[in-house]
Amino acid sequence: MLTPKMKPIWFFVGLILMVMGGVIFLSGIYQLLNPPAVKTVLAEIHPAIWWGAIMFFFGGFMYWKTRNQTV
Amino acid sequence: MQAIGLTFVDWIIILIYFAFVLGIGWYLRKFTTSQDDFFLAGRKNSSWVAGLAFLSANLGALELLGMTGNTFKYGMYVAHFYWIGAIPAMLFLGIYMMPFYYSSKIKSVPGYLKLRFDEKTRVLNGIAFAIMTLLVSGINLYAMALVLHTFLGWNWDISMWVSALTVAGYVGLSGLMSAIFTEIIQFFMIWFGLFLVSLLGIIEIGSLKEIMARINEYSSQVSFTTLWSTASDPTQNGMFIHWGGIVLGLGFVLSFGYWTTDFLVVQRAFSAKDLRSARMTPILASFFKMAIPFLVIISGLIAIALSIDPKSGFKLLQDGGQINYDSALPLLIARYYPSGLVGLGVTALLAGFMAGQAGNISAFNTVWTYDIYKSVLNRKASDAHLLWMGRASTIVGVIISLGTAYWAKSFPSIMDYMQAIFSWVNAPLFATMLLGMFVWWITPNGAFWGLVAGMSSSFFMWLAVKFHWFSESIITMSGTQSDMAANFWRAWWAWSICAAITILISLFTKRKPKEELVGLVKGLTDEKHDQHLPFIKRPEFAAIISLIVLVILNILFW
Repeated sequence: MLTPKMKPIWFFVGLILMVMGGVIFLSGIYQLLNPPAVKTVLAEIHPAIWWGAIMFFFGGFMYWKTRNQTV
Repeated sequence: MQAIGLTFVDWIIILIYFAFVLGIGWYLRKFTTSQDDFFLAGRKNSSWVAGLAFLSANLGALELLGMTGNTFKYGMYVAHFYWIGAIPAMLFLGIYMMPFYYSSKIKSVPGYLKLRFDEKTRVLNGIAFAIMTLLVSGINLYAMALVLHTFLGWNWDISMWVSALTVAGYVGLSGLMSAIFTEIIQFFMIWFGLFLVSLLGIIEIGSLKEIMARINEYSSQVSFTTLWSTASDPTQNGMFIHWGGIVLGLGFVLSFGYWTTDFLVVQRAFSAKDLRSARMTPILASFFKMAIPFLVIISGLIAIALSIDPKSGFKLLQDGGQINYDSALPLLIARYYPSGLVGLGVTALLAGFMAGQAGNISAFNTVWTYDIYKSVLNRKASDAHLLWMGRASTIVGVIISLGTAYWAKSFPSIMDYMQAIFSWVNAPLFATMLLGMFVWWITPNGAFWGLVAGMSSSFFMWLAVKFHWFSESIITMSGTQSDMAANFWRAWWAWSICAAITILISLFTKRKPKEELVGLVKGLTDEKHDQHLPFIKRPEFAAIISLIVLVILNILFW
């Protein structure tokens, strides 16, 4: 019987970071266009946009590198 | 306090996390067909996977909240937990102890005690570890519900049951492998979810130097921003401890006791694919461990700097007139994180709590199945039966943890018992392990009675101080001390008593023949590991680099 091949953990890490980063980035864009009534400290530097983008690209790179790998 | 409000986007982030961990448990179940798959993740992990899991099993949310809060209370001295209180022990495990553990093909740390000494020492340690694991798991669950209830206003019972059932689901389906997968996801969640707090705090205040300057200006008598320069006088540092307590209690006994013998973390190294990967596991983890202070210590220092500035509007919560130090990190999240990022920060804490609980449960099911059930109750159990027992004990372990959590809820100061529990079990065990691995003439009876004496003396010292039978200063040998200093010194005495009794009894009792100790004791074992590799690819080289980084960090923050 053939042993099934497993996706590496890095594939799942990449996927979850990419999905979450994308959601956070989009929510940051939404808050840029529709500023909330109560602002957090340093809201003017829009952390959700750039942090969400960093997560998206970091996760996307891990996902892309491991999408065809098995262990 | 008014609960931190979660928006629709925050809930989406949290739901994505729950869907992922349950989905991974479901996906991995088809790769979990034997007891080795369930208890040792098939022994096929790389050193990177095992190393990150090794670190993450220790990096629970309880620790993140607690250490940020402790930094607020004690200052930079908390960094000792991450540097001298971890790195030398992790390197020692990788270089000297792992060959004995890994090569003997044991499934648990008590399993080593059986091979090196005898069945009674293994069962004693197995039972002590199982009880400790369930207590810690329950306290972890309780702490999580407390945080979610206090800061998010979530229902206490629902928070505990949902997270406990999720952990039971994915660990029950695929054992250690899914625990390791979720621990690695947790590692990334924690860094992405919480490092931004440090970053935004530094941006708000100006620089790390400015943070230190503000704290020094405010507290000129007691230093909160140094590591060693005020350690010769306990009255001059925030932890009220002498460097002797740091080095002997934390740096030697508690640290080595935890990192080299606690099966919760060591089990991750057992899942590595070969001896080199197993040796590299704690060494790689040491680099990431050294980086954690940039997450928790910096956040704690930011909280101090903000709270001494009345214009910042930042103030820790108070419970019944007492400062709630654990509120530092959640309050910083609420201060800096907009919608979406709040969900990420909460997910990072949830991931930390759940991975911490999964780690405890996966270690418990292994020790229960091999060191108690198979060893005492059913010696002829088949492979399939042990796999079933692993799954059943996962469910039972989670249910007992829930019971422990409700019990913990009725004791308001139960969190203080965490370090005490470690000093009862791990500190004496380290003496037994150290002597067992490095001195061939230590006998089974010496080890057993040494362990009994070490554990009971540690427990007695804790009781004696708790009920004022004698003063804490007898243990710490100083008129000024904190609870933390007492923990360090108690661990040191428990280790010393265990070592002394073990040696004394070994002098008068029957030794094991040397031929039975080959592969288990230094000096009787072939120790030429990884000699075929170039030096820069050997674990020893990585360990030297890690030590150099450790020395540089200590000098930088001297």
